[in-house]
Amino acid sequence: MIKLIVNGETHSVDVEPEMPLLWVLRDHLGLPGTKYGCGISQCGACTVHLDGEAVRSCTLPVSAAQGKRITTIEGLSRDGLHPVQKAWIEHEVPQCGYCQTGMIMTATALLERNPHPNDDQIDQAMTNLCRCGTYARVRKAIHALAEAGAVTPRKS
Amino acid sequence: MTTAVSRREFLKVSAAASGAFVLEFWFPAGSSAAGSADTATEVNAWMVIHPDDRVVIRIARSEMGQGSFTALAQLVAEELDCDWGKVSGEFASPNEHFRRNRIWGSMLTGGSRGIRTSQDYLRKAGASARMMLVMAAATRWGVPPSECTVQAGVITHRPSGRRLRYGEVAAAAALLPAPAEVPLKDPRDWKIAGKPVHRLDIPDKVLGKPVFGVDVSLPGMLHAAIAQCPVFGGKVAHVDASLAQSLRGVKQVVRADDFVAVVADSWWRANEAVKALKIRWDEGGNGHVDNAGIAAMLREGLEAKDLPQARKVGEVGSALAGAAKVLQAEYHSPYINHATLEPQTCTAWFRPDGFLEIWTSTQDGEASMQAAASASGLPLEKIEVHKMMLGGGFGRRGGPQDFVRQGIVIARAVPGTPVKLMWSRSEDMQHGFYRPASLVSMKAGLDAQGRLVAWHTRVACPSILQVLRPQLLAKGGIDFTAVRSFDDMPYEVPHQQVDYARRNGHVPVGFWRAPGQQNAFYRECFMDELAEAAGQDPVVFRQSLLAPDNKERRVLEAVVHAAGWGQPAAAGVFRGVALAAGFGSYTAMVAEVSVSPKGELKVHRIVVAIDSGYVVNPDTCRAQAESNVLFGLGSVLYQENNLKNGRIVETNFNNFRLPQISEMPKVETLLVPSGGFWGGHGEPAILPLAPAICNAVHAATGKRIRSLPLKHHDLRPA
Ligand code: FES
Ligand code: FES
Repeated sequence: MIKLIVNGETHSVDVEPEMPLLWVLRDHLGLPGTKYGCGISQCGACTVHLDGEAVRSCTLPVSAAQGKRITTIEGLSRDGLHPVQKAWIEHEVPQCGYCQTGMIMTATALLERNPHPNDDQIDQAMTNLCRCGTYARVRKAIHALAEAGAVTPRKS
Repeated sequence: MTTAVSRREFLKVSAAASGAFVLEFWFPAGSSAAGSADTATEVNAWMVIHPDDRVVIRIARSEMGQGSFTALAQLVAEELDCDWGKVSGEFASPNEHFRRNRIWGSMLTGGSRGIRTSQDYLRKAGASARMMLVMAAATRWGVPPSECTVQAGVITHRPSGRRLRYGEVAAAAALLPAPAEVPLKDPRDWKIAGKPVHRLDIPDKVLGKPVFGVDVSLPGMLHAAIAQCPVFGGKVAHVDASLAQSLRGVKQVVRADDFVAVVADSWWRANEAVKALKIRWDEGGNGHVDNAGIAAMLREGLEAKDLPQARKVGEVGSALAGAAKVLQAEYHSPYINHATLEPQTCTAWFRPDGFLEIWTSTQDGEASMQAAASASGLPLEKIEVHKMMLGGGFGRRGGPQDFVRQGIVIARAVPGTPVKLMWSRSEDMQHGFYRPASLVSMKAGLDAQGRLVAWHTRVACPSILQVLRPQLLAKGGIDFTAVRSFDDMPYEVPHQQVDYARRNGHVPVGFWRAPGQQNAFYRECFMDELAEAAGQDPVVFRQSLLAPDNKERRVLEAVVHAAGWGQPAAAGVFRGVALAAGFGSYTAMVAEVSVSPKGELKVHRIVVAIDSGYVVNPDTCRAQAESNVLFGLGSVLYQENNLKNGRIVETNFNNFRLPQISEMPKVETLLVPSGGFWGGHGEPAILPLAPAICNAVHAATGKRIRSLPLKHHDLRPA
């Protein structure tokens, strides 16, 4: 049995320790908001937070996530929409939307660490792939969030 | 045509049969299924109105990111005159569609056709419903309908000031006959259409709600992963599944003609088991084909005698012989996969009651129904396809319904249990319906004044229609997607000829966003070569060959003005221009690039002008322009699918790159709708992208780019 703390709740799952966290979330815990795009840490569709840091869950063995705080898109906000989700709606960022949950998780971690990222820092952090070409709006939404000071920086 | 109808009954039946069904999965964004115990009324096939005035608009086309789910609803809502804040959408049921004699028109979502080929009947549906609702109110009041006005779903009898809401009269309205004459608004008076309203599908998508095909989850559902014969057209010769079968969670190994699938209790376990299969393939005679074989096939086509002609005007032979200057060039493009970020997927369930349910990310609900019927042997009445949101489509999920056929074969092996098939990324990369590789030669003549007098094009290109829609091949086997941009050239050239060599080989080709777009690259780059030979500016040269009222000319002039063509660009930045027409719209583009001394290309800015006649949602149209630029950019810079031993070489995003945010140019979109026709937005803006960039690269480096991707070219300035 592997014990996981996902979105504030503790779960025990009977899975192989090497099963990537992504599949535990999607197929064993019923949290399909985290997506599969490549399975080799290339696209970021599977991004979740592990103790507040953005990680790619498709290559992270579930055993390595034991005891850490895991946050998925479903648990990003306890009450309604997180400011990043609001900005994503306001700026009409998603197209097909498939990459966007990962995109939002990466952007949130970036803003919590660095509330005022410049374009280079956005380029460095936002390496998630989008096939639909939403990048200009991703950048715009991040800048708007920074300007409004909408995301609370994480104390570390 | 009365109340709550067949659809609702169908829902009840399905829900009863499936027990603890999770109904949200059936519908996107705030659909009518949730809390629909009230007496919602179908006023006509396109909309359901609830007593509390919520309006649910049925969407027949698919949503793959392009925004039609919202724009189609805007068109209905505009004529309906309802309160947009109370509008939501739901996908029309393909099963009901067939049972009601294809009542929702076409469900096909491709060719940038979603809006332009349904706008007329959608607007009429909205207007017709409005007239019936007004008539119902007028009848209740005993007044003539001409004394009533409507605003945002509230009907007012002007003389008396009495009011009724749509929700109060919907049931009565539904019983009335539809009016024979349905006048439509002048688009200049639009209040909902033509406006950048927020997209209806976005809130669910940012919350990570289960809206995509891969998100389907049903009680007792199992998961399937697949291995398909790596050589297209090959078959399974032998499978040793003993190791796979012993792995944890594995329920079944399904051997089909050309694939082997494993069904397990999670996808990862299924895919680990697929990796443990020992499969011997019968490669079927194509196991030796590599890039050189494809090149030889195209070369043979290009040089073949007596090719069918897609166009012939005047006499190119004698005109070229008499020209003062003749230019000839060959251009080439590789195969490219769609690489939708959501891999191909299909969930199928042979229900105990003999009904088959399918959940899939499809661009064509009707095609999925037909594929399901032929793969299962069941009649259409016994099949339902639940259309899920697509994690990208780009043409991959329309014509080919391979994923549906496979899903059915797999689910049939575990009757009574729903099975969700999802392809791994490498399966998706290696089993596409690729943008065709093509080889084209162009020969054109200028007279002594530098005027273009003759243009002869020879196209060697696999035919998409031959693979997916053979009935649409024209006389002589001509595939219009392979010759477009040449057989409909806007330039006034007195002598033209287009020859087509249809050479298909074993690699499946398909409709890749703006099929035939390679020709726009060839034509518009060659136009720059001709302008240079004529000693003219590329814009002036094009203008001189376009009639003053030509729509391409108008977008060209709009874009060069906005981009500052003719004025100096920033230091080290160079411009290129191109224009194209397609998918009902007219597009012109200016690209600004720089090339470092090391030969590294940076695309800084793209200015694009699009005339689509009308614009239903300006914001989603701009988003589509941005999307086309980025999608095209990957193909210009580095994407290609190579062939070795009959197989596709690339396996994943590490060797088939997608551009990142740092590579996204600034995109400025000029929407210049001129009215009088309806064009699309899903594809047009990709057409001029490759030539605009390559023409800018020439301006920067002096090098002519005649093949893509650019990664194979040394761009260091000569
Ligand atoms: S699925 Fe994890 S990075 Fe692509
Ligand atoms: S929105 Fe479609 S992949 Fe990013």
